[in-house]
Amino acid sequence: MSTTNTEEGSLTKKDFVTENDVRWCPGCGDYAILNAVQRTLPELGVPKEKFVVVSGIGCSSRFPYYMNTYGFHTIHGRAPTVATGVKSANPDLSVWMVTGDGDGLSIGGNHLMHLLRRNLDINVLLFNNRIYGLTKGQYSPTSEVGKKTKSTPAGSLDYPINPLLFALGSEATFIARTSDTDQKHMVETFKAAQAHKGTSFIEIFQNCVIFNNNAFDTVTGREVRSEQALMLEEGKPLRFGENKGIRLNGFDPEIVELQDGDDESDLLVHHSKTNNPAYASILAQMAYPAFPTPFGILRQIEGRETYEDALHSQIKASQSKGEGNLQELLTGKNSWVVE
Amino acid sequence: MTQATDSFEEIESAVVRFAGDSGDGMQTIGERFTDSSAFAGNDIATLPDFPAEIRAPAGTLAGVSGYQLQFGSRSILTPGDEPDALVAMNPAALKSNISDLPEGGMLVVNVDSFKKMNLKKAGYESNPLEDEEFRKKYQLIELDLTTLTKEALSESPLKPSDKARCKNFFALGFMCYVYGRPLDPTLKFFDQKWGKRLPEVAEANSTALKAGHNLGDTMETARNRYQLAKAVVQPGVYRKISGNEALVYGLVAGAQSANRELLYSGYPITPASPVLEGLSALKKFGIKTVQAEDEIAAMGVAIGASFAGDLSVVATSGPGMCLKSEFIGLASITELPVIICNVQRGGPSTGLPTKTEQSDLLQSLFSRHGDCPLPVIAAHSPSDCFECSIEACRIALTYCTPVIYLSDLYVANGAEPWLVPNAADIPTIDAKFADPSEEYISYKRNPNTLARTQAIPGQPGLEHRIGGLEKSEDGGVNYDPENHEQMTHLRADKVERIADSIPPTQLHGEEQGDLLVIGWGGTYGAITSATQAMQAEGFSISSLHLRHLNPLPKDLGDIIKRFKKVIVPELNLGQLSLILRAKYLVDAIPLTKVQGKPFKVSELRDSFHKELS
Repeated sequence: MSTTNTEEGSLTKKDFVTENDVRWCPGCGDYAILNAVQRTLPELGVPKEKFVVVSGIGCSSRFPYYMNTYGFHTIHGRAPTVATGVKSANPDLSVWMVTGDGDGLSIGGNHLMHLLRRNLDINVLLFNNRIYGLTKGQYSPTSEVGKKTKSTPAGSLDYPINPLLFALGSEATFIARTSDTDQKHMVETFKAAQAHKGTSFIEIFQNCVIFNNNAFDTVTGREVRSEQALMLEEGKPLRFGENKGIRLNGFDPEIVELQDGDDESDLLVHHSKTNNPAYASILAQMAYPAFPTPFGILRQIEGRETYEDALHSQIKASQSKGEGNLQELLTGKNSWVVE
Repeated sequence: MTQATDSFEEIESAVVRFAGDSGDGMQTIGERFTDSSAFAGNDIATLPDFPAEIRAPAGTLAGVSGYQLQFGSRSILTPGDEPDALVAMNPAALKSNISDLPEGGMLVVNVDSFKKMNLKKAGYESNPLEDEEFRKKYQLIELDLTTLTKEALSESPLKPSDKARCKNFFALGFMCYVYGRPLDPTLKFFDQKWGKRLPEVAEANSTALKAGHNLGDTMETARNRYQLAKAVVQPGVYRKISGNEALVYGLVAGAQSANRELLYSGYPITPASPVLEGLSALKKFGIKTVQAEDEIAAMGVAIGASFAGDLSVVATSGPGMCLKSEFIGLASITELPVIICNVQRGGPSTGLPTKTEQSDLLQSLFSRHGDCPLPVIAAHSPSDCFECSIEACRIALTYCTPVIYLSDLYVANGAEPWLVPNAADIPTIDAKFADPSEEYISYKRNPNTLARTQAIPGQPGLEHRIGGLEKSEDGGVNYDPENHEQMTHLRADKVERIADSIPPTQLHGEEQGDLLVIGWGGTYGAITSATQAMQAEGFSISSLHLRHLNPLPKDLGDIIKRFKKVIVPELNLGQLSLILRAKYLVDAIPLTKVQGKPFKVSELRDSFHKELS
């Protein structure tokens, strides 16, 4: 059955499509993300058999069933642990983890935090639709305060978590945001994530057409996005709309309107590789309506060793002094002989 | 001064207990005494017994730490019911242990610590050593241990407080004299532990040890001096081994014999942490160890590693098993090999975290949601942990299944001499991945074992998906009622098939009779000792000890039928007896104890007597 062609450059999107019927609701943002991932993977120069897609539980977590790769649909919230096991066992694999706002930030927040701090070379796609979909419409940890759902008829009480700040707080080495409405941007972001050595955390604004429809329209809608979204471009000033930009006033960002002939030089310039987390923190906290909502790579820090490399280099260092001998281990240093 | 050398009393076995404050180094000298006894050629069994607190307030009953061992020229299967000699380093140690010392037993006390404050902390209103009746009751040996140690170390450059800390080795030296134990293994230990790093500490402890020994030699009261012949055992190379050490070595050996890489993930928990620590020190064997963020994560890491083709292992205790339950269900439905070790302790909840119990059997058998039977095996002694962990590897890989391996705190921390196996004699485990030249059907089964074959990421052309949703044979998600029923049966039948590979059950005693004792796990020594003693008295009694608790051996039902009565001693409220009753419709009599302590041989004998009278 090994007829699959895994030669670099010869894979196409079709190679990553399974025979399974995709069972998300018609109009669900997940289809667009699946399409973008299936478009990205053939272009990465990785043999198909080396891809592993790991997910938790929720609508997004059905993802592995639709990817013709090795895949593991695990249990609620725990995908980071299984992905850690896969990557630790075999660092040569390209591991993609798919989770949602409930799976990744509610039940699985702890594991996600530890995955990020350990910096395994895994790409994390967090589908954020700000609602529980598979359980039919309860509020999620990213839902806005006052969200009226079946479990919160008088409005939700708890303050939402900001996924990007969560990742930043966990000292993730790659933090990005993209949207299910923008194929090109998704593919670019996924490629950058694969190129990054370390855990890549990508929040994807994903529309739940049934339980939280149009949740992101104010920033992803075709008519408004140029004014209300901020597309981050490396080395370029933070500009949006016709003539607006972002500059710092003390530690606070503020919007400036540039008149004809105004100098851009006091605008913030996007440097995702800035080591200090303050800049990424400012970006992560910018959101419509006070600010345009940023999309792109907020932060990418190079040079921190991945967990799996450290794990395997410790083993190699130990083995370089001689590999273990089972008989010596069993006999130990304090044995005695009975004649 | 009387020279005591001419007054050796020949004995077959002895039980010694060291008791003191948890910072007094009682575990250390207990282990040293054990090593010396092993070197002297005696058989041994040990019972370390320490509090849950690392350093409870000094001098209090809560902080008392003890270490008991039995050693002898005959086969020693338990650490002994009660001590022949008790070393009490302070009033609290005396108070919490004296009730176990029989009248006439040897009692060595550190009189330096019997001061008002310490007596009060231990709850003594007056000094028991001043009570004439108390003094008459035991062979009392009063030593000014702290003073004597400081005197012996007058030349040492150590601070006075550090000198006083060497008193445990002074006491050890004294006891080594009394029981004719060699000092060399302990001197070697000092050299290995401190020789290079802290030579003055090694020197001081050596001096204290020798001074204690010399005191015995010159002291009139030490006229009781004992001598033990070497135990008659099979010739070969021996070492001392604890249950957790044996588990570590068994996992290394199992992985090697299956030609799989070993990945261990764990979260620190008493009494399983030594497994994580032990394997983490074996990097030269290529072993990957991951200290996970919690018990759940440890299980997830193991499942991920198993999916990627490693032999993966977790070890925990009861509370950790609870947390892992959901993941264990996933390992069951995805049919991935994972070894799940539960080193049991007293429960529920935090319960008695440093005391032994066998109360997780039903949890092991049933704690998953859904119908989810899994193989469960249990080790019965420290060295048996080695064989059991290899057996766990064999079952996991042969049947592509999670396996639950049970030991308990008593087995895990206890130590005994072990005839070191020949590594080359360990049977290989045949565990192949799918052949990429053949079509891969993820839940297609071996007709004999019903096991599926694993294909692992990196194998070209065998890409497939697994997960928690019910699947049909081809690996596709399938919600059909008939399919679910069939797959549920198949998973259960596969576990049952393991019984085909279990050797016939070994009976200790006649094949039939009046009373059959059925045990499992760490009660082996006590049950076997009690049964042997009663057989010698002429009773019609036999015993058997189960390694496989699921599936049970195929011949068990027939064996049970050949006895008039069946009794099941367990350190729980009757968990195996419940299973035996359900499975064989036999009136299995539960004999239970949940005090955090192992059975005494005498307790079992009394109960067996009752059933036979």
